[in-house]
Amino acid sequence: MESQILTLVTFFPLVGIVLIMLAPKDRPDTVKGVALLVSFVTMLLSFWLYSMFDKVANGMQFELNVPWITSFGINYHVGIDGISLLMIVLTAILTVLSILASWNSITERVKGYFISMLLLQIGMIGVFCALDLFMFYIFWEVMLIPMYFIIGIWGGARRVYAAIKFVLFTMFGSLLMLVAILYVVSAYHGFANEYSFDILKLATMPIAYKPQLLLFGAFALAFAIKVPLFPFHTWLPDAHVEAPTAGSVILAGVLLKMGTYGFLRICIPMFPQATITYLPYICVLALIAIIYGALVAMVQRDVKSLVAFSSVSHMGFVMLGIFALNLQGVEGAVLQMINHGVSTGALFLLVGMIYERRHTRLISELGGIVKVMPVFATLFMIVTLSSIGLPLTNGFVGEFLILIGTFKANMTYGVIATSGVILSACYMLWMYQRVIFGKITNPENEKLIDLDWREKGILIPLVVLIFWIGIYPKPFLDRIEPAVRSLLTQTNMVREDIGEPAFTVETDGSLSGMTAEDVNLNSKGEVHE
Amino acid sequence: MDFPFPEYNLQYMLPEIFLFVWALVVISFDLLSKRNNGSTTGYLTLFGIAIAGLLLGLVGNGKGFGKMFINDNVAVFFKVIFLGAAFMAVGSSFGVMQKKIVNHRGEFYALLLMSTTGMMFLSSSQELLSIYLGLELTTIPLFAMAAFYKDDKLSVESGIKYFIIGAFSSALMVYGMSFLYGLTGSTDLAQMKVAFFKTHLQFGDMGIVMILALIMLAAGIGFKLALPPFHQWAPDVYEGAPTPVAAFLSVGSKGAGLIAFAKIFVDGLYAYHSPDMAPNDWGMLIGILAIAAMVLGNVLAIRQTNIKRMLAYSSIAQAGYIMIGMVALSASGIASVGFYLFIYLFANMGAFAAVAVFEDMTGSCQIKSYAGLARTSPFFSAVMAVFLLSLAGIPPLAGFLAKYYVFASVVDVAQRSADSSWMYWMVGIGLLTTVFALFYYANVIKVMFFSPETSPYKVEAPLPAKAVLAIGVIGVLLFGLYPEPILQFATGISSSLHFMP
Repeated sequence: MESQILTLVTFFPLVGIVLIMLAPKDRPDTVKGVALLVSFVTMLLSFWLYSMFDKVANGMQFELNVPWITSFGINYHVGIDGISLLMIVLTAILTVLSILASWNSITERVKGYFISMLLLQIGMIGVFCALDLFMFYIFWEVMLIPMYFIIGIWGGARRVYAAIKFVLFTMFGSLLMLVAILYVVSAYHGFANEYSFDILKLATMPIAYKPQLLLFGAFALAFAIKVPLFPFHTWLPDAHVEAPTAGSVILAGVLLKMGTYGFLRICIPMFPQATITYLPYICVLALIAIIYGALVAMVQRDVKSLVAFSSVSHMGFVMLGIFALNLQGVEGAVLQMINHGVSTGALFLLVGMIYERRHTRLISELGGIVKVMPVFATLFMIVTLSSIGLPLTNGFVGEFLILIGTFKANMTYGVIATSGVILSACYMLWMYQRVIFGKITNPENEKLIDLDWREKGILIPLVVLIFWIGIYPKPFLDRIEPAVRSLLTQTNMVREDIGEPAFTVETDGSLSGMTAEDVNLNSKGEVHE
Repeated sequence: MDFPFPEYNLQYMLPEIFLFVWALVVISFDLLSKRNNGSTTGYLTLFGIAIAGLLLGLVGNGKGFGKMFINDNVAVFFKVIFLGAAFMAVGSSFGVMQKKIVNHRGEFYALLLMSTTGMMFLSSSQELLSIYLGLELTTIPLFAMAAFYKDDKLSVESGIKYFIIGAFSSALMVYGMSFLYGLTGSTDLAQMKVAFFKTHLQFGDMGIVMILALIMLAAGIGFKLALPPFHQWAPDVYEGAPTPVAAFLSVGSKGAGLIAFAKIFVDGLYAYHSPDMAPNDWGMLIGILAIAAMVLGNVLAIRQTNIKRMLAYSSIAQAGYIMIGMVALSASGIASVGFYLFIYLFANMGAFAAVAVFEDMTGSCQIKSYAGLARTSPFFSAVMAVFLLSLAGIPPLAGFLAKYYVFASVVDVAQRSADSSWMYWMVGIGLLTTVFALFYYANVIKVMFFSPETSPYKVEAPLPAKAVLAIGVIGVLLFGLYPEPILQFATGISSSLHFMP
């Protein structure tokens, strides 16, 4: 059973897809119910996975490795470490919430929509489970088509343009990745005289420096488009703004993480020397993304595109943390991947709720909403603050760890990145003020109804997560740490090989023992400046 | 002089003989029943093709007519593809028959069966002249079939165009073959191979006559495969010809060109690419043609408004991808060609069958008339989308694996050989063009699914067309997830031809 559980979690949504296909067309409620039930069970399965996960053990867990296409040496190889575990749980939670959020807003072609959602979930969880490069690529591409339909059919006014742009950008990146995969596998054939796509095996192969640079470049471009790292971010605002609420939630919450996950799982372990070479460039691009994303977010007139650009900024933080290449930085980056999924997901949900009522997202059309929708305003407040990174919320722990890591690695980067925190407070609070407070200038805003039970039910789990990670991140950090540690040991070995000083990996007093209170004490000055 | 009679071993030719006889049966039946038998002729043809397939499975491998007719793994593999293409083309032709070709069903099906017979002969021949005969028997019926709507200007134009170009390319090819014969004194591929080894050992380089022969042959076969710069006929012919004929042309005729190419270039001219002797002289020539095909086909397809023309350009591009596997000149390269063609059979015949169904119903092949089809016929639209995405090479559909295999085999060779940077360029350009390809395939999906209006049509396909669509979808999905049997089958090809290890 233990080795089958990942397969079960990945492919359980298939049950839903088949049931929905069989469901009659004129019973949209049945279709929604099936989708919700199936995604809920998948979520429970992911919780079960979480509870069975051994947080002390090193290496991959729940591994299953059976031959699939023997002629090519492709195996069905799945397994997870702490990083993938948390991403799977996040995916499962966000899918349930997205399906709930689509309850009333999707009125036409209901069957197709929920089939796409469940298919998307299979692709997402599959990517996080895959330990075979070929499977990774297939799941990566499987996500593309349902997302194309979700944006293109159920999206906003410029949906067709946004959908095609999204697909072509992603496809371009994945093809580069495919070239790199072809090369790596063929090189491994020369090295070990067998064809294998096994990510763990391929990472043991020494690759000459020059091809490493090219291969890293190809993989990194594919992942950077997905993250999206500046200057490859131009598809993101279009896709986010035009996608339906659930699409945006999944896109921001999970799909962007595919990029950073790819860096962690493939780029850094496989091409460690190239990682060191590219490191400064990527860090600079990440810093540009942080500042640029924040500045552009500040001047947006549409709430949704503001949140979209804030994602560019936040994902810049994640990239910076990963390429700090030390325990705090990478741990913080992984935690921030979760945090961003929770907070930005919640923001998109909130924006979607206001859009369903007012059919506009322009900041100038809103204002004074606190008087008519107090519950909404409160929840919005909490999510906004978590996105800024206020202590006691999840955003703080992640960003703080990333900043510690960055300062350790490079002081200048750290200083510039910290200014990004301030900028994010500027644009988020300013937006919050204009949307929620002030006088009601538009008479239509007076008749708004506050959140109903369904909507509260969607948001409360996220709020709980915001505070849980903010106050007691230990369970999460405990699970991330062994994975991060083994990743860093690999790259460290290489640093010694090429004669650069190794980054320190602390063996004692690890960060995972820290609670938010400790972090709080250490850092008060930094965040409130 | 004592003249030894060859061993005929006619039993190995049983499927071909049967198909030929069945063609006569079909046409006689149509005449005897006073052309008044509804769809029976069509079902009769399908039945015949199925029987031929069964016979093919029963006869096994062996040689007939001395060494002129060989049933080996290559031959069987390609024969399966040809029979499959014929089956699916006939299956998607029922609508056209009812609307446009009411009075000539017998001739249509008989011609199709003869053309299939030609393809099957071709894949068994081991000798230049019978290769040529096979190719002619393949194409001459197709000329007539392309012009089958005799009152339709476009169809007649397409027939004439195809005829002139086809005749011209055949002439080129025969000319090239005559050079090979002059150089070696034999039309038998095995003897030719030995003779070339001897000359090559002696002189070490090709010589001008050989180069001329190669160019003639490449051009002749290039026309059949519609590789640029010999591709101009394809869009007009595909547009004008009846849709099932276009479908049959795109898979069957391409397969015929490929097998002829493999036999002459890969097997016959082995001396010119064996690792210890050769400057790989013709590899780069074909590589350039393949690049041109991928770029031109995919770029020009973007601007098409007629779906048949779009598929024509797409098939030019697909020929380019297939030829990449040929250029690899390795066992896995030739296996990847076979695998590609096998998958292409399902995806492309499926797409053409869907186009045929839609055309029979609406009379239109314009992409814009597909607008909003997903609202009225969601199932049909989804099936069409699966075919197009497989052609575009999106996993987990089989088209992706096919492209992957082709590219992987060439990268494998490139890593092992010196001076191979052009192969990487070929792979890079090839993969880049798939982005263009995705653009125009996705465009059709966009029109069907994203369009705000509701289509006035509701697709209803006749039963055989439904079966063809189902076979296509099952093939594309099943072999995308479980390709192992076909991969094994395709790997068998390489055992019959000579390759670098």
